[in-house]
Amino acid sequence: MESIILQIAARHLRPLLIVLSLVVLYRGHNEPGGGFIGGLMFGAAYILYAMAFGVAKTQESTFFNPINLTALGLLIAVVSGLPALLLGDSFMTGAWYTFFKQTAFELKLGTPLIFDVGVYFAVAGMLMLVMFSIMEE
Amino acid sequence: MTTGLFLLILLLVAAIAPFLRKYLKHQAGWIYALWPFAGFLYYLSLLPVIQQGEILIESYEWIPVLGLSFTFYVDGLSVLFSLLVLGIGTFILVYAGYYMRPYPMKGRFLGYLLLFMTAMQGIVVSGNLITMFVFWELTSISSYLLIGYYHEKPEARASALQALLITGFGGLALLGGFVLLAIPYDSYELTTLLSDGDVIKNHYLYIPALILILIGAFTKSAQFPFHFWLPGAMTAPSPVSAYLHSATMVKAGVFLLARLNPVLGGTEVWSYSLTIVGVTTMFVGAWLSVTQVDLKRILAYTTVSALGTLVLLIGTGTEYAINAAIVFLLVHALYKGTLFMMAGNIEKKTGTRDIRYLGGLFKYMPFAAIIMILALVSMAGVPPMLGFLGKELIYEASVAAPKAHLFILTLGFLTNVILVFLSLRLAIDIFWGKEPVYDKKPQEPSLSLILGPFLMVLASFVLGLLPSAMAGPLTSKAITAISPLHDAIILKLWHGFNIVLALSVLTLLSGYLVFRYRHQLLPAIDRFNIRYFRREFTRVFFSMIDAFLVFTKLKTRALQHGYHRFYLMTLFVVASVMVWVMIWRADPIILELNFSDMPINLIAVVVLIIAATLSAVVSNSRVVALICMGVIGFGITIIFIAYSGVDLAITMIMVETLMIILAMAVVYHLPKYQNFSSTGARMRDALVATLVGTFFMVLVLQAGTSTLDAPISAYYKEASYSLAFGRNIVNVILVDFRALDTLGEITVISIAALGIYAMIKLTKKTN
Amino acid sequence: MLFLFAIMIGVLYGAAVYLLLRRNIFKLVLGLIFLGHATNMLLFVAGGLTNGKPAFIRGLQGETVGMSDPLPQALILTAIVIGLGVTAFALTLVYRFYKVTKTVDFDQLSENE
Repeated sequence: MESIILQIAARHLRPLLIVLSLVVLYRGHNEPGGGFIGGLMFGAAYILYAMAFGVAKTQESTFFNPINLTALGLLIAVVSGLPALLLGDSFMTGAWYTFFKQTAFELKLGTPLIFDVGVYFAVAGMLMLVMFSIMEE
Repeated sequence: MTTGLFLLILLLVAAIAPFLRKYLKHQAGWIYALWPFAGFLYYLSLLPVIQQGEILIESYEWIPVLGLSFTFYVDGLSVLFSLLVLGIGTFILVYAGYYMRPYPMKGRFLGYLLLFMTAMQGIVVSGNLITMFVFWELTSISSYLLIGYYHEKPEARASALQALLITGFGGLALLGGFVLLAIPYDSYELTTLLSDGDVIKNHYLYIPALILILIGAFTKSAQFPFHFWLPGAMTAPSPVSAYLHSATMVKAGVFLLARLNPVLGGTEVWSYSLTIVGVTTMFVGAWLSVTQVDLKRILAYTTVSALGTLVLLIGTGTEYAINAAIVFLLVHALYKGTLFMMAGNIEKKTGTRDIRYLGGLFKYMPFAAIIMILALVSMAGVPPMLGFLGKELIYEASVAAPKAHLFILTLGFLTNVILVFLSLRLAIDIFWGKEPVYDKKPQEPSLSLILGPFLMVLASFVLGLLPSAMAGPLTSKAITAISPLHDAIILKLWHGFNIVLALSVLTLLSGYLVFRYRHQLLPAIDRFNIRYFRREFTRVFFSMIDAFLVFTKLKTRALQHGYHRFYLMTLFVVASVMVWVMIWRADPIILELNFSDMPINLIAVVVLIIAATLSAVVSNSRVVALICMGVIGFGITIIFIAYSGVDLAITMIMVETLMIILAMAVVYHLPKYQNFSSTGARMRDALVATLVGTFFMVLVLQAGTSTLDAPISAYYKEASYSLAFGRNIVNVILVDFRALDTLGEITVISIAALGIYAMIKLTKKTN
Repeated sequence: MLFLFAIMIGVLYGAAVYLLLRRNIFKLVLGLIFLGHATNMLLFVAGGLTNGKPAFIRGLQGETVGMSDPLPQALILTAIVIGLGVTAFALTLVYRFYKVTKTVDFDQLSENE
């Protein structure tokens, strides 16, 4: 199935969707969004591309492999639980640090955000793994 | 402190025994006997304290949440039993250390013996029903290991399994009984139970609890009709028979009855069931022993008879009966342990234990012969051995029994005649009778083999000669522990001329007469038994097991048919019928049909979803089904948006899109729909589906209209921003409050993805 | 609205059960998907229906009154994503099943064994 319209759309939509998925991931803590939705969008970006150009070409154009992406996500998620252990809390207790205290750029970062990144990669990797496997058949 | 610690160290000794055997060589038995002997001395030293009426209680927390603890309770009864368990255990270890030399894995054997000793000692000192149950089961398991010690022999395995199944069945019944017994008291502690027996007696659970506990006690103590496992267990090595099957484990049931007598005893049900079962067992055991020719089986049947006597005495429950029970218990443990050990010695020295091929042994082993004969004298109940006292008390108790004393007396008399006959027969036939040709000349058994029997016979002799001074302190507090109302009777050898003495003399005479005419009588009895008792209980038992297996197979074939839809149907129908019943019994639902909260657009969405669902079911086209699936998914997305589920809606729309793409990719490869099911099957399935569907409908209405406890999400709402610094509560729950669940979830989906990858990519490579 | 949702959920469950009882293995997966939808909706409705008040904290004070219950939503979100994983797995299984056995009928599988 070669469709010029789909191919052009996919080529331009892919970076756009990736950026959008990152935005959704970032704002997920306060606004609708989050790791799950972001991950699904990230995966969808590549699936769209694969639908237009085929799986083989999509995999050539990416520098990572879906299995590794899934593994990376799981690893990040697990690691994000470890700082709590160092602080003496139980595994996965949120730990927060505030940057630029009492300035206009006050920024709170914590392990739950890292965990969300892990979810993002895991979901994206899983989605790509499943879709690529089935679409290749 | 001491009782618990002693048991713990005993268990440790049992655990390391198999491994140390290599280094200790042939001294292992003696060295392992040291710790039980120390325990024996300790409990001996407790006697004066116990005589004061003191009770030692120790308690260790086990599962505090469930109110369970390891409690130890040491009173007169416990001390008497501890002395038996540890004293005889010491001799047995010494004996077994030597006896088992020619056999493989003797270290493991000693370990099992010690394990059993721990368990048995645990039973007699436990002060909590659950503690007792744990040790009780441990005796069943260790006895299984010991009976099946010659595991390469099929009959040893069969007897071990039989004993385990019967005592295991009894153990389960016992646990049930204990649980029921504890309900009215709300406690498993013995002290609570013993403080007031009327609580259970007036409770409706009394009869069920009693029946279950009696099953437990009767199976363990080989009471009729469960008696057959004990003669079967004679395939075990002799030390096991001498220890488990004469002196200790089979007494556990008797101990239990004695222990719970103040709680459960005294009622009509109690005394009738114990008396009837006891008297039957007493007579049947003795009767069946007459025609046996295997020395150990003879002893096993007389043990069954003795256990029946004990149960009968506890059931009778009079002052004399309780006294008789405790004295007879002591008597029996001393002579029967001796006899079993001697039976092992004779087998070892001559190579057989069939009394038809034994004879003239006195001149080869005079010392051993004297020991065995003294034990037999005790069994026959001839003065001055302790056995005489035991028998006298039994007669006294029978004469004074409140009910059916003539019946009990007659059967008791006959039993004792048989015992006298057996004693004479064993003593005379084995030691003087016609001498067969022995393969090698029998010798006197060595010190380790003879020490235990010698000391036990000596004890029986001394206790018999000086009953009030020696036996009194041992038994008096045990008697009051069984029955607080009764006192210990002062024991003496000479009672004066009375009916009991006359009965004793008559017993001896009759026993002698039976012995005199045994060549005429025995074949007759044999013929009688063959005609009326042809089917042995063991065979009945195994055919029951076989029948059970056949039944199980049929049941499995019926239930595990392998058709997924019938499993599912069973599941759906049973679950929904059960919930239907619950709904039926709940308050009726008050339904207000309020059309004002039904926006027209949402009504349209819901109607669309319902229509799509129905057409997905009835459609003959796979593509239509998929399109319907999409309609449902997007319809649900709209509902999510309408009712504040923003994140849900976004996720749902993505997932639904991907799912349809996936399904399309797979359907592409699959064949078209075919008609697999008949119309009847469709109707039936539709019925089941309607049943489940309507039930869920009612469930939703019920859930939507009920007021429940305050939702737990209040905390999440509170803490989401203040503690977790997030405004999107759903997301905060996912990544912070319940992050571990989410971690589990992404792990699951990753594994699913890997599974898919493996199914498609890896199978392709192998092809 | 509850009444309408109740009917809808009932129909979804009934359809799911009916499909699960079919011999065609693809219909089985379809039934699984429906079961997932039905259960998600059941949770959602049982958690209370709140119009137009998503569970977001606005402002510094963090007003939460009348807000929809976030917990069932978090549960359903998890369930949706897991449902995707399970469905994908089941679909692949169906595909492999057909490739190996050349049939989509469950009963023929047990007979072939």
